[in-house]
Amino acid sequence: MSEFLQFLFSGVTVGAVYALVALGFTIIYNASDVVNFAQGEFVMLGGMITWFAHAAGLPLPLAALIAIVATAALGVAINKLAIEPARGAPVVSLIIITIGASVFLQGAAQLVFDKQIHSFPAFSGDRPLRIGGATIQPQSLWVIGGALVVFAGLWLFFTRTLLGRAVLATSNNRLAAQLVGINTNFVMTLSFALSAGIGALAGVLATPITLTAYNVGIGFALKGFAGAMLGGMGNPKGALAGGFLIGLIEALTAGYLSSTYKEAAAFVVILLVLFFMPQGLFGRKSTERV
Amino acid sequence: MLTVEGLRSRYGRIEVLHGIDLHVDSGEIVTVVGANGAGKTTLLRCLSGVQPVSAGQITFRGEPLSGVPAHRRPARGLTQSPEGRQIFTNLTVEENLRLGAFLYSDDRVEKDMQDAFAMFPILREKRNLAAGGLSGGQQQMLAMARALMGRPSCLLLDEPSMGLAPIIVQQIFDVVSGLKALGVTVLLVEQNAFGALTIADRGYVMETGRIIMQGPAAELIADPRIREAYLGI
Repeated sequence: MSEFLQFLFSGVTVGAVYALVALGFTIIYNASDVVNFAQGEFVMLGGMITWFAHAAGLPLPLAALIAIVATAALGVAINKLAIEPARGAPVVSLIIITIGASVFLQGAAQLVFDKQIHSFPAFSGDRPLRIGGATIQPQSLWVIGGALVVFAGLWLFFTRTLLGRAVLATSNNRLAAQLVGINTNFVMTLSFALSAGIGALAGVLATPITLTAYNVGIGFALKGFAGAMLGGMGNPKGALAGGFLIGLIEALTAGYLSSTYKEAAAFVVILLVLFFMPQGLFGRKSTERV
Repeated sequence: MLTVEGLRSRYGRIEVLHGIDLHVDSGEIVTVVGANGAGKTTLLRCLSGVQPVSAGQITFRGEPLSGVPAHRRPARGLTQSPEGRQIFTNLTVEENLRLGAFLYSDDRVEKDMQDAFAMFPILREKRNLAAGGLSGGQQQMLAMARALMGRPSCLLLDEPSMGLAPIIVQQIFDVVSGLKALGVTVLLVEQNAFGALTIADRGYVMETGRIIMQGPAAELIADPRIREAYLGI
């Protein structure tokens, strides 16, 4: 029983990171139908920039803030320099551009920083908490709390604010959005900034547990993507649930089968979802009459 | 209110508007009729700023619109209800209407929405349903109602009767002619020349990117050339 609880804790922790990545996917997807595969690099940058600034002598909270703001700015730059000039291109081309941006960011991080593995201190110490015979790191609670807070914020944004609905309207029909007075370029800028900021936050929260290096982004992107697909792309609720589920499936696979198969778990899930339930758990069926 | 002088526009290397001149005075219903492919939709796209203008001048309420991006034009009172009922299919009817008033967040938004429901009662019934599930006629009503939520002083209406049953077309045209009483000026683009000229004050006839005839709507309806080419009489 305590063994199961232990797997559960580690699954929920890593699942919270995937959920944050999946939420990042959700925002850009909602604004533009683009799946931004550079999402994982934002997580990497959050961790790497925080480590770099902290190592340079800045206090940790300030270093984290700088990392989040700088990553959000980079997200905006990617939109302005790579996505916006290609506007009007098919969505598939835009997705390929984001893969290019991902490779570029990874290469740049390797040059600007280094190829080592890094970390920084956990926010509330390293003394594990004992719950029901299992232990959990205080940092895990930060990660889980972070995912829940970001989810709540996004859910309110998309369902309760006019600007949130304007983001949804922009992806649904860009022309009509412009005709009602929505600045669609601003919507794209905003969604890239939000999405990159949330990715960086995931990196900041997770690095004390998962460690970081220039090449950790791809893994986060793929697991987060699996989570977003499982939950139903575009739905914050789905992203949250999907992220946690992928984390749990991974941890239980590692615990009860073998950690060799851990990495495969997420991909098996993607394949099953695409075969049997392409709308995901929470995705709405598109009903459209013409 | 709206003046267009020497307007030219192109898709790539192909020019589709070869110098359009027209004007719409305050309080008028003006219609531009013509066959499919005459450039009517392109003309409205230029007016809304979503299609590049290669030459000529558009003036709205005394100010040139060149350099004013599309999303800033509704705030000036120029709003379009686009062709093909470009509604937000995955949002609800009510959310569509609310976004029509995206620029506003005062008490009048709720009042305008009640007015829209009074104008098209079926929208009130379906307010919480996804707009993509509405019938074609209902989608057209929603597109018009959404445009009116933007408080236009001049409404650009692109083919509101397209693909709709005659009884719905009649209902839509009744609403359009009723807009006059609400103080909304209308520029109506239509293939359904007879219906449009019946409710309009003045009309322009467009053919392959040029205005080939213009005048009071009653005169155009009576003109033998128009009757033969566009009214099928």
